[in-house]
Amino acid sequence: MLSKRIIPCLDVRAGQLTKGVKFQGNVDIGDPVEVARQYYEQGADEIVFYDITASADGRAIMIDVVRRVAETIFIPFSVGGGIQTLEEMRQVILAGAEKVSVNSGAVKNPDIIREGAKAFGSQCVVLGMDVKGVARTREIPSGYEIVIHGGRVYTGLDALWWAKEAERLGAGEICLNSIDADGTQDGYEIDLTSLISTKVSIPVIASGGAGKPEHLYDVLTRGHADAALIASMVHYRAYTIPEIKNFLHDRGVKTRLAW
Amino acid sequence: MIAVVDYGAGNLTSVARALEYIGRPCRVTDDPEMLNRASHAIFPGVGAAGDAMENLRSRGLDRWLKGWFASGKPLLGICLGTQVIFDYSEENQTPCLGLIPGQVKRFPRDIQDEGRTLKIPHMGWNGVAFSRKHPVFNDLSREAEFYFVHTYYPAPAEAGHVIGRTEYGLTFCSAVAVRNLVAVQFHPEKSGTPGLKILENFCTWDGAYAE
Repeated sequence: MLSKRIIPCLDVRAGQLTKGVKFQGNVDIGDPVEVARQYYEQGADEIVFYDITASADGRAIMIDVVRRVAETIFIPFSVGGGIQTLEEMRQVILAGAEKVSVNSGAVKNPDIIREGAKAFGSQCVVLGMDVKGVARTREIPSGYEIVIHGGRVYTGLDALWWAKEAERLGAGEICLNSIDADGTQDGYEIDLTSLISTKVSIPVIASGGAGKPEHLYDVLTRGHADAALIASMVHYRAYTIPEIKNFLHDRGVKTRLAW
Repeated sequence: MIAVVDYGAGNLTSVARALEYIGRPCRVTDDPEMLNRASHAIFPGVGAAGDAMENLRSRGLDRWLKGWFASGKPLLGICLGTQVIFDYSEENQTPCLGLIPGQVKRFPRDIQDEGRTLKIPHMGWNGVAFSRKHPVFNDLSREAEFYFVHTYYPAPAEAGHVIGRTEYGLTFCSAVAVRNLVAVQFHPEKSGTPGLKILENFCTWDGAYAE
């Protein structure tokens, strides 16, 4: 059977990690290529890069990072952050990323999902969704609303509707980030993840709130997620990827244990 | 020289990079003359079967692939490359190359495991149970997993052509071995160390295989 995927997420600004990642000897490393290599060797199933640079210069630097990552690790990886056009998607894919994630760019122009899927295949197009819990209304019947710009702007889109719409447009996967849980390390938003994951037929990556292996267990079982994104809990060496995988394996969650 | 058959299908650079990494630089080309100079050919691909067949035909690569297979030199199919070597694909009802008999089928929409409907595409890491020894699949750990992403799967007409099987709600053929041809549904170039091992094994294989 298919393994549940464990996916470290790296935030990059102008070609450097925004926060150092600690490895053996607690040495801080800021080079995304080197950190990707270490996670690859530790058994990460995939890696997500989130480019928080807005400028064109920053984007060009990121393309170079993508190229170097593609020469270094031989597992899938995706790149997201500020992607607005088909041409930007093309550059990232040609540089060697397996997948491109679109988020606010798709809210503003949903056709980018359709165009991206047509040009590169659905498997290349990930819809990133930033979601906040709100009061249930006629417009937001699920009680979860899509937000953009780091959660500052409410879009009026219902999260469940948007997930289904993205699937219809050709997205191959959804990366579902709870803004409420993000950064808390108190656990993923289980209800939200379960709601979305059981109502679309494409894979869902849960994001936001991971602090302990138990949190991954919850979201991969009760939350019905296909994969779990992790950040601080591995970046600061509270846990290693093999520790997390063994924890899940011991509790009956299938993970990839040999690499 | 290792050749990667370029027919405008998907991202061939990841295969080229993986070969580079294991010290087997390749040439990515659609030129039959250049391809003929190679010792080994890799036939990858991501995308749809219909587009792939059209692109192959327009470049004369359909005939080239049949000739290469008949020549006895090693051929490795990957993902879509594997699917189009069969007679026919359910994807857009596409007649394919017919190098070996069989069809390519879609995962059923309501495919289930333990009462839960499974996601389509089959995306992520899964195991392969190899039923026989083969030089290309040598030295792999039994626990090794490989990266898959596909909605259609090969169904060879002859059980003897199947060498690897994978479970996803049903058991499907994930690896094929026929004479000088090896074909896999997963992506060895994206499957970490065991995937690179398969590429290395292929590059040193002479194409001989007793079924």
